[in-house]
Amino acid sequence: MSRIIDWIDQRIPMSNTLKLHVTQYPAPKNFNFWYLMGSLALIVLVNQIVTGIWLTMSYNPSAEGAFASIEYIMRDVEYGWLLRYMHSTGASFFFIVVYLHMFRGLMYGSYQKPRELLWIFGMLIFLVLMAEAFMGYMLPWGQMSFWGAQVIISLFGAIPYVGDALTTWIRGDYVISGATLNRFFALHVIALPLVIVILVFLHLIALHEVGSNNPEGVDIKKPKGSVKEEDKAPFEFHERYTKKYDIVDAIPFHPYYTVKDLVGLAVFLIFFALVIFYAPTMGGHFLEPPNFEAADPMRTPEHIAPVWYFTPFYAILAAVPNAVLGVVMMFAAIVALFLVPWLDRSTVRSIRYRSNIHKANLANLVISFVILGFVGALPPTEFWTVVGRIFTFTYFAFFALLFVYSKNEKTKPLPERVTK
Amino acid sequence: MMKRFLLAVALLLPAAAFAAGYSGPLDKANYDQRDQASLQRGAQIFMNYCLGCHNAQYQRYQRTFEDLGIPVDLGEELLQFTGDGVGSHMISAIDQDASAEWFGLTPPDLTMVARVRGPDWLYTFFRSFYEDESRPFGVNNEIFENVGMPWALQELQGVPRQTYERRMVDGQMTDVYVGIRSDGTGTLSADEFDQAMLDLTNFLVYIGEPMILERQRMGYYVIGFLIIFLILTILLKKEYWRDIK
Repeated sequence: MSRIIDWIDQRIPMSNTLKLHVTQYPAPKNFNFWYLMGSLALIVLVNQIVTGIWLTMSYNPSAEGAFASIEYIMRDVEYGWLLRYMHSTGASFFFIVVYLHMFRGLMYGSYQKPRELLWIFGMLIFLVLMAEAFMGYMLPWGQMSFWGAQVIISLFGAIPYVGDALTTWIRGDYVISGATLNRFFALHVIALPLVIVILVFLHLIALHEVGSNNPEGVDIKKPKGSVKEEDKAPFEFHERYTKKYDIVDAIPFHPYYTVKDLVGLAVFLIFFALVIFYAPTMGGHFLEPPNFEAADPMRTPEHIAPVWYFTPFYAILAAVPNAVLGVVMMFAAIVALFLVPWLDRSTVRSIRYRSNIHKANLANLVISFVILGFVGALPPTEFWTVVGRIFTFTYFAFFALLFVYSKNEKTKPLPERVTK
Repeated sequence: MMKRFLLAVALLLPAAAFAAGYSGPLDKANYDQRDQASLQRGAQIFMNYCLGCHNAQYQRYQRTFEDLGIPVDLGEELLQFTGDGVGSHMISAIDQDASAEWFGLTPPDLTMVARVRGPDWLYTFFRSFYEDESRPFGVNNEIFENVGMPWALQELQGVPRQTYERRMVDGQMTDVYVGIRSDGTGTLSADEFDQAMLDLTNFLVYIGEPMILERQRMGYYVIGFLIIFLILTILLKKEYWRDIK
C-alpha cells in the first residue's frame, strides 16, 4: 500500500495536498452550528449534480416534450420521482443553507480583512447560483416556469436603448420559446454548474490561504515565536501554516470536523428526507401548483410570483415605481452585499464583541429580508406595496448605517485567545 | 407528527399566493389514498364520465389497474374504453380540435388537476354545479364562475338547484339561501353523491401523483436509517472529541 502511495506521490502531490487541506489543516476548535452550512452546501451541490445528471438522461429539452418528459420521469422511470424530488428539494435547501452561510459570515465578520476575496468568491457563487436556479426552474415548462421567465427576462427590456435587443438576444427568439428552453438547458446543465464548481474551488483555496474565522473573530494564528510551547495547539499541522505562525486553539480539520460535520449532515438529511418523502411541494412553495400545468403562452396565470428564494429581491423590484430604477435597485441589493467588506470599517469581527447598534442593525437586515420575502410572494396590493417600500428602505439602510457607525464603533475588548 | 410540523411551517408561508380565482371557503376532502375500494369507485366514475372529454395523458391504464388492485384483464375489459392496449395512456376518444370548437376551449388534461387545484377545491367544485338557464349548457358553478363544461354527472346527482327557504329573519319573512339541492332525479342520494365525489377526488389525487404511497412508505425506511446513522455519528464525534477542551 505504502509503495503505491509513494509511487503516486512522486508523480502528483497527493499526500501533501491531503495533509495541507484536510488532515493537517488547522481549524479553530470553537466552530458552532453555523459553521456546518459550508460543508452542507457542498454536499447539496454534489446532490444537485448527481441527481441532475440522471434527470438529463430522461429529460427532453423541447417546448413540445419538456413537460411530458418530467411526468415520464415521475411515472415511468425507475425511482425517477425520487431523483426529481431530490433535485427540486435540493434547490430550495441549497438556498436555505447558502442564506444561513451568508448570515454566519455577516454575524462573525468573516468578510473582514484578510477574507475580502473569500467573501467575493462566495458572493459570486451566490450570484451564479441564482442564475442556475432561475434557468433550472424554467426546464419543467410549467405555467409558472414559463410566465416567471417571461417576467424576469422582460426586466432587461427596461434598460434604455439596448433593452429590446438584449431581451431578444437572451431569449433567442421574440418570445419565450423552445429556443429559449434549449439554451437555458445548456446553461443549466453544463455552463453554470462548471462555473459554480470552479468558484467553489477558488472559495476553498481562498479560505485555506487566509484560514477559517471563528465565532469569537479572534485569530488562531499568532506571530511566530510569540506563543509559549505549552500554549500551542498540540497537533501536527502542515508546515505551510506553522512556518509563519504559532497556531493556538486549533484542531486538524480531519478527523475532528469531518466527524462533527457528519453529525450535522445526518440531521440535515433527516430534514431533507422529511420534505422529499412527506412534503415534496412544501405546501406549494418548493414546487408550485401552477407548474403542474403545462406552459400555455396564450393564458397568463392569475398571479405570477417567483419561487420563494427570489422573493426578497422581487419585492425590492416591485417596491420601486419606476421600472428601470426597480431593476437597478434589485441588482443594487445584491451588489451591496459584495461591498460589505469595505462598508464595514470596524476591526472587530464577531458580533459578540460589537456594539448594540451593530446587533440591532444586523437584526434589521434579517427582518427586512424575511419580510421582503413574504411581500414578494403575495399578490401586489396597495398595503403590501407600502410594506415592501418600507422594508426595501430598511434593507438598504443596513448598508448605509454600517458604513457610518462602524468607523468609530464602541466595541468590547477582544480576548487574547478563542477560549480565554 | 413531523408531517404536521412541516405542514404548519408551510402554512406560515404565504399560501394565499396560489389561490386561484375563488377565494371563499372550501369543503374538506377527507380522502384516503389507502382506501382501494374508494379509488376503484373513483376510477369507475372517471372512466365513465370524465374521460369522455378530458384526457389524463400522462397516466397509463395498466399502472392504474395494478396500483388500485384491479386485475389487469378485468380492468381492460370493464374500465378501459380507449387506447391501444393496456399500456397506453388515458386519452379521450373525443377529437381535441372538435371539442375546442364545441366548448370554446379544449377540455383541460386532468392528470395533475389535483396538484394544480388541490383536493378540497375539486371536492367542492363537483358539488357546486347548479342549474342556470343563462349559460350555454344550462349549468354554472359556484366556485368556478361561468365554467365552460356541461354538468356531466347530472345522471348521478339529478338537477342541482340553488335552493332558498322562506324564514323569519328580524321579524320579516325572507328567502334565505340554503345551498344547492338536487331535484332527486339522479340515481344517487345526496349522501351517496357526496361519497362518490370524494371517491372521484381520491382517484384524481392518485393519478396526480401515483407514487404517493410508495413515497411515504420509503420515507419510513430512509428516515429510520438516518436516525441510526445520526446516533452513530454522535457517538463517533464524542469519541474523537473527548480530549478537546
